[in-house]
Amino acid sequence: MKSLPLLFCGIFFALAFSFTGLIVSGHIQLGALTPSTETLVPSEDQVDASGQPLMVMAEGETLFPRPAPGIAEIGKQVYIEMGCMYCHSQQVRRQGFGADIDRGWGPRATVARDYVLQDRVLLGTMRTGPDLAHLGGRYAGDAGRDWNHLHLYNPQIVSKGSTMPPFAFLYREQEIVNEPSANALQFPPDSEYAPKSGYEIVPTRRAEALVEYLLSLKIDYSLPEARIPE
Amino acid sequence: MSNNSQIVAPAADPYSSAKPSERAELSVIDESIRTPSIFFLISAIGWLMIGTVLALMAAFKAHEPDFLGAYEFLTFGRVRSAHLNAMALGWGSNIIFAVGLWIMARLCRSPVDHKGILMIAGVFWNIGLTIGVFGILRGDMTSVEWLEIPKYATPLLAVSYALIGVWGVMAFKFRKGDHVYVSQWYILAALFWFPWLYIVAQAMIIWFPARGVVQPLTNWWFAHNVLGLWFTPMALATAYYLIPKVLGRPIYSYYLSVLGFWALAIFYNWAGVHHLIGGPIPAWLISAGIVGSVMMVIPVIVVAINHHMTVVGAHREVWHSPTLRFIVFGALSYTLVSLIGSSMALRSVNEITHFTHFTVGHAHHGVYAFFTMIMFGGVYYMLPRLLKREWPSAGLIRIHFWGCAIGITIMVVALQAGGWIQGLQMNNASIPFLETVQNTIPWLKARSISGLFLTVGHIAFGINVFWMLFAAGAVRAKNGPTLLHKEGGVA
Repeated sequence: MKSLPLLFCGIFFALAFSFTGLIVSGHIQLGALTPSTETLVPSEDQVDASGQPLMVMAEGETLFPRPAPGIAEIGKQVYIEMGCMYCHSQQVRRQGFGADIDRGWGPRATVARDYVLQDRVLLGTMRTGPDLAHLGGRYAGDAGRDWNHLHLYNPQIVSKGSTMPPFAFLYREQEIVNEPSANALQFPPDSEYAPKSGYEIVPTRRAEALVEYLLSLKIDYSLPEARIPE
Repeated sequence: MSNNSQIVAPAADPYSSAKPSERAELSVIDESIRTPSIFFLISAIGWLMIGTVLALMAAFKAHEPDFLGAYEFLTFGRVRSAHLNAMALGWGSNIIFAVGLWIMARLCRSPVDHKGILMIAGVFWNIGLTIGVFGILRGDMTSVEWLEIPKYATPLLAVSYALIGVWGVMAFKFRKGDHVYVSQWYILAALFWFPWLYIVAQAMIIWFPARGVVQPLTNWWFAHNVLGLWFTPMALATAYYLIPKVLGRPIYSYYLSVLGFWALAIFYNWAGVHHLIGGPIPAWLISAGIVGSVMMVIPVIVVAINHHMTVVGAHREVWHSPTLRFIVFGALSYTLVSLIGSSMALRSVNEITHFTHFTVGHAHHGVYAFFTMIMFGGVYYMLPRLLKREWPSAGLIRIHFWGCAIGITIMVVALQAGGWIQGLQMNNASIPFLETVQNTIPWLKARSISGLFLTVGHIAFGINVFWMLFAAGAVRAKNGPTLLHKEGGVA
């Protein structure tokens, strides 16, 4: 190995090999994946190579995954800038590999198509905290919203002994004028984290958006390749 | 020693500098690269200190979540990301520029010209990094692992890197003599692989995001290859250069070093996908990653044999030489961490270790116990030759070694034991999740303690370097190498 061009060729092709094998091939297979209806129906006029009717999406049915509401997109930005994904994954492993489904982290394994609408995919590689792929299914509605706000303000309020840091800087303490604000946090009675009387804790816009994002994380639909078991 | 060692040609023979004429030539080369190398070394140590402070904060926060909890810019997610980038691109890459370019220039026997451009590029590299790390702390980070630095700082980093990396390639192009030593392949390859990886990852994830899970696929191809094709080759190049150099004997086998290099080049870059085992990625891609990871056993064993057989019988010299004590610690860690890494890629093992602190322990095992320890060893050899004076204090070197060796051992054992338990409990749905979290706390406290050991080691290292740089007369007048034993030996 004395010649620069020969050595360079070896060095080039070594990496080109995996670049082609993993990245380019992966992109060819997955780079054009689109949302789909939950099930496919046989086509009336198209047939596949073996003469069977081609399976196509039924017309008029909803496509999944659905686009997230605008406020959730803003909330996702907060999630990104706080680095939540360094402790929370967003992927459900299949039944029989880990205990993701048994822990209620999602009704089915997530698949590539679940992520096609996301500009930044936050699969995550740590579970210092639980997986969040289906958080909005586990904590739904107003009760889920209240729980998440208290939990973000200080996790110890609803999850004593947690190692998650408090995000109290996303909330504002203010004096109650006339009536308490509609969105003020409802602390459990005698909570040591509650504000002094006459004051209340209200979420900032960023906290509101972050919670809407968390509630939008839901695996509540089937895909042709990943059905929610009955 | 095998007959194969005869194949190493005189020009590439690491102990050829026993001849006065070649010593003089090396001295000219050292002189030519002195200012840039020392600049990169000082930058690296600065980032090492910043990274250490950030690491201590992050480690402490992991078991005391309220610690500094009121400050948004110091929230855990940002501090740990700032730590990672300060260490990987600040300490890691600067020390590579300091030691790697110096080794390249020496082995190519080509003095460095136009070092002004190299210095300017180095200054901009560090400015870009400073902007990037501040950007992470102020909330502009990307939340893409190993690529957290915000968009506005990365082009500056890319351009500065290109201007630095090209120096190594130019040194190789204008080398003297016919023969090329294994360290030169590693350095040349790494200088070329790193920008390719970085540009592809930036383009496909940040600038023109690919659809869906192609992003994490690209992310882990990149992130694992930063370790495998940037840090690893540079550390191996340093070990391959300095073990024979200090011991005054050639490397055990030329053929094994060829096999080790090409096996690493071919297999390592497939391995990264093992970070996505169990994830929403087609099984064939994951399997390709697992095969690559397991095949890494070949280059690892080959390098282990080559290094071990070179050192065998010289253990006293290794223990007395500051350079070799660090480098052999790193080389042994390379074997161990790589074999653990290959087994972690097996689906049955990964099912337990994935998503746990085990992986964090493994990452530090590789980047610290292997890469960083070898680079420390490189500095212990390089700096006396650049400054033409000796290390002021053997005591500080001992504190440095033991602080780092004890610290990293505690860290790896604690995180991997704790992580393994965490993984087993997490996979048992009858144990409440919160309980599994609390069971990690004692292990995380042990990690914080290990961080204190590392901090002591880093401070001792920093003091010794700056003492040497701004040496008083007593240090300048010191004669003979600073060894970790009173009797003579090798440096």
